Amino acid sequence: MDGLTLHQTIFALLISLVSFGLILELVRRRRLREEYSWLWLLTAAIMVVLVVWFPLLKVITVVIGAATPINTLLLFAVLFLFAIAVHYSVIISRLTSQVKNLAQELALVSDRVDDRARS
Amino acid sequence: MKPLILIPAFNEAGRIGRVVAGVRAAVPDVPVLVVDDGSTDDTVAVARRAGARVIQLPFNLGAGVAAQTGYKLAVREGYDCVAQLDGDGQHEPADLPELLAIIAQRKADVAIGSRFLGVGDYQPGFVRRIGMGLFGLLAWLVTGMRFSDVTSGFRALSGDVVRFVATEWYPTDYADADVLITLRRAGFRLVEVPVRMYPRAGGRSMHAGLAPVYYVFKMLLSVSLAPLRREASARKGS
Repeated sequence: MDGLTLHQTIFALLISLVSFGLILELVRRRRLREEYSWLWLLTAAIMVVLVVWFPLLKVITVVIGAATPINTLLLFAVLFLFAIAVHYSVIISRLTSQVKNLAQELALVSDRVDDRARS
Repeated sequence: MKPLILIPAFNEAGRIGRVVAGVRAAVPDVPVLVVDDGSTDDTVAVARRAGARVIQLPFNLGAGVAAQTGYKLAVREGYDCVAQLDGDGQHEPADLPELLAIIAQRKADVAIGSRFLGVGDYQPGFVRRIGMGLFGLLAWLVTGMRFSDVTSGFRALSGDVVRFVATEWYPTDYADADVLITLRRAGFRLVEVPVRMYPRAGGRSMHAGLAPVYYVFKMLLSVSLAPLRREASARKGS
C-alpha cells in the first residue's frame, strides 16, 4: 500500500493544524469554553497523528478494509464529527433540563414574592 | 388529607373560567391552582377572576413541565393529594370527588379517570382509537396491567406519587402512557375510574397539526425504554 502523496500530506496537515489553531484561538478569546473544546482538539490532534505517522494509518486501513489510506482519514473525520454532534445533543438536553428547572423555580419563587407583597 | 386541584393551562382564556368555576362548585373546600404555561392570552386574569390561585411560567415549556411545576409547589406546601385536570373543559369537575376519595381512602396511589368505562359517551376518531389501543397494549405488555385509557390527563395522585413525579425525570411534553408505566413499575397502585369527557370547546389542542406524529414517536420510544430506566427502581430501593 502506498503512503499519502506529499501533496495529500501537506493538505491534510494544513487542515488539521488550522482547525487546531482556530479552536485554541476561540478558547483564548473566551468565545469557546474549555469544556466544549476538548473533543475538537482531540479530533484535530488525531488527524495530525494519522497523517504524519503512516504505519498507524496503514494498520487501521487494513483492519477496517478501506481501499486507500485517504479513505481512512475521511472516515475518521466523519466519525469525530458524529461524536461531536452527539456530544452537543447531550449537552443541549442537559441545558434544556436546567432551563426547565430554573423556569419552574422562577414561577414558584415569584408566586411567593407576590404573595408577600400583597400581605 | 390536604388536597390540591391542579390545572395546567396554555392559552385557554376562553375555557379556563368555566373549568375553574366548575371545580370550585364540585369541591368548594379544595384550593385550585392554575399553572399558566406562558400563555399569550388572558388565561391568567380569567383564572384569577374565577377564583384560582395562578402561578406563571416565564415562557411556554410544555404541558408536562406545567404540571410538574404544580407538583413541586404541592410538595413544598405540604399537599398530600393532587388531582389534575385539563384547562380546556374536556374533563368533568363533578368527577373530582370520586378521584380524591380513592386517594383519601388509600385505595390506590394513582386514580386515573378513564372515558371508556361506561360513563359518558366520548367517541374518539378512528386514528385516535388505533393509537390508544396500541399504547394500551404496550402498557399491558410492560406492566401486566390493563389500562382502558392510557392518554387520560385526568387523575389524582397521592403525596408519595407527587413527590416521585416532582423529581428530575418527568416528561416535558406529553405525559401519559410512559408516566403510568413508570409509576406502576415503581410499585405504586393504579386504578382507573370511570369519568365523563367532552370534546374540547375550541382553542388549540396540543394534538394538532403534525404533533400526533411526534406524539406516537415519543410515546413508542419512552414506553419501550421505560422498563430499562432507573427511576422505576429508585423508589423500590428507598
